[in-house]
Amino acid sequence: MPTVSTGVRSQRSRTHSLLLLAALLPLLHGCSKPSGEGSEAVTLLNVSYDPTREFYEEFNAAFVKQWEAKNGKKLSIKQSHGGSGKQARAVIDGLEADVVTLALAYDVDMLHDKAGLIPENWQTRLETNSSPYTSTIVFVVRKGNPKGVRDWEDLVQPGISVITPNPKTSGGARWNYLAAWGHALRQQGGDDAKAQEFITRLFRNVPVLDSGARGATTTFAERGLGDVLLAWENEALLLTEEVGKERFEIIVPSESILAEPPVTVVDKNVDKRGTRAVAEAYLKHLYSDEGQEIAAKHHYRPRSPAIAAKYASHFPPVKLFTIDEAFGGWRKAQQTHFDDGGIFDRIYAPKSQ
Amino acid sequence: MARRARRILPGYGLTLGLTWFYLGLLVIIPLSSLFLKTFTMSWDQFWGTVASARALAAYRLTFGASLAAALINAVFGLLVAWVLVRYRFPGKALVDALVDLPFALPTAVAGLTLTALYSSNGWYGRYLEAAGIQVAFTSLGVAVALTFIGLPFVVRTVQPVLEDIDADVEEAAATLGATPWETFTRVIFPSILPALLSGFTLALARALGEYGSVVFISGNMPMRTEIAPLLIITQLEQYDYAGATAIAVVMLTASFALLLAVNLLQRWSRRRLEARPS
Repeated sequence: MPTVSTGVRSQRSRTHSLLLLAALLPLLHGCSKPSGEGSEAVTLLNVSYDPTREFYEEFNAAFVKQWEAKNGKKLSIKQSHGGSGKQARAVIDGLEADVVTLALAYDVDMLHDKAGLIPENWQTRLETNSSPYTSTIVFVVRKGNPKGVRDWEDLVQPGISVITPNPKTSGGARWNYLAAWGHALRQQGGDDAKAQEFITRLFRNVPVLDSGARGATTTFAERGLGDVLLAWENEALLLTEEVGKERFEIIVPSESILAEPPVTVVDKNVDKRGTRAVAEAYLKHLYSDEGQEIAAKHHYRPRSPAIAAKYASHFPPVKLFTIDEAFGGWRKAQQTHFDDGGIFDRIYAPKSQ
Repeated sequence: MARRARRILPGYGLTLGLTWFYLGLLVIIPLSSLFLKTFTMSWDQFWGTVASARALAAYRLTFGASLAAALINAVFGLLVAWVLVRYRFPGKALVDALVDLPFALPTAVAGLTLTALYSSNGWYGRYLEAAGIQVAFTSLGVAVALTFIGLPFVVRTVQPVLEDIDADVEEAAATLGATPWETFTRVIFPSILPALLSGFTLALARALGEYGSVVFISGNMPMRTEIAPLLIITQLEQYDYAGATAIAVVMLTASFALLLAVNLLQRWSRRRLEARPS
């Protein structure tokens, strides 16, 4: 670029050197590798999604304690959080996760499809579809439920404003969408055409599509937008119990989807780093009484019937359908609904098409 | 320009080589790998991705809002620079420092803050909404965010040039009978025009690539308030790396063409200026 005067030049070169520094930083970062077997302290990296941060902090401490007592070896567990899809891409691109604990099976499937890090049958390796805890999709409304929202049908009425993130960029939003679709499908006389009409009407009532679930929560809770927030039950409980029980309440619809956040060992990474034994023990511990109890405390529905009974008052009963029952699995659901040219895109396509 | 002596330091060959190597490593190789990635797609796939109605709407919004923001910044940035150079007032150092803040602020913070201000229950938003103007979650909001992040570029490129203009030039114009408006349009403005164009280009370039602040305030509605960088993220969320790079390539090509055009304009205006007897 031609420059005008020395003043401009020095200003611009200052800007440029700042940009340059920013470009170089990632290169400097990541020079140190976590130590594998052989050194005295073993490290484990759990790559997870956003709302599990506090849960895994507590669970990691509990697991480290019992592992060190049993093996007499030092163990430290690192955790990484972010959007589920973004986290999966980081692992595909080389982030050496020992285990992944993500929001949806499709993201884990991609570790197999795109990078061959895990076998195709990964989801059968642990009980209950490799998802040790579950959740579901519920509604959050403002205190007193001023619009009288009770069930899915209320969301498509005119004059109701619904907040949900963008299914194209948020895994959580995909659960919201599929819960609504599944409900419409399972109604009397429900079929794909009816469900599509239902979803189209629902999204007509959505004024903003935040790019992630936490953004949608902020839009609803802080900006005061919308009458209903579609959210994971654990996020909804977190919001109402820790942010404002006097401001919000949770409405559990008559039926919803069984959200199964899956976990798996990343085979290629644990074999390379020699951490398979501890990584497998770590995931198994999620199914133990201690693991299930910590999950329940952090608002995830436990799989263990005994622990679930103990926390029964915390989780109201709701009729749940699975993604396999209603959609034939994640891959199919993703392809039909969320890929380019899928049903979600058609909702927003211009009318002339 | 007189200060620039020819080759005070030796080693031109070496430094030129280093420059090419450095630019190659940091700019040319990454960008060409971007282009290469799109070659994994067939022409139909490429076209289907980059020319879909949704992508076209996104380019329109991105380029339109960026141009609007850069123009607003050109006008008001010039004003800010003028005040900073020509006047002394209490708190001037503070104002001077404030100008740089959008440089330093993480854009996500900027986006969150602006959204909070302009949404229907925010400080500005509640009054604007009462007046029938919705800013947050509309394309107007996108332009507001892009204006915010682009402000320092114009101020900081125009400011030093204004400082270089001596007051005696204006005095001379006045003694020759020029009105203040004539002095501004015929003496001052032409000499700062190249710098202004340069600041405009930088603000524009910055706006075209902006993501963090915009995703919060735009509402991300497909066909209406969805920017092209969000579409790239959308492709990545579908694990469609080639699709993401395809849109990136379109953005890159269009941005480069636009920036090149403004740069040529800037060069032309400077040459015209230098050709004039002064």
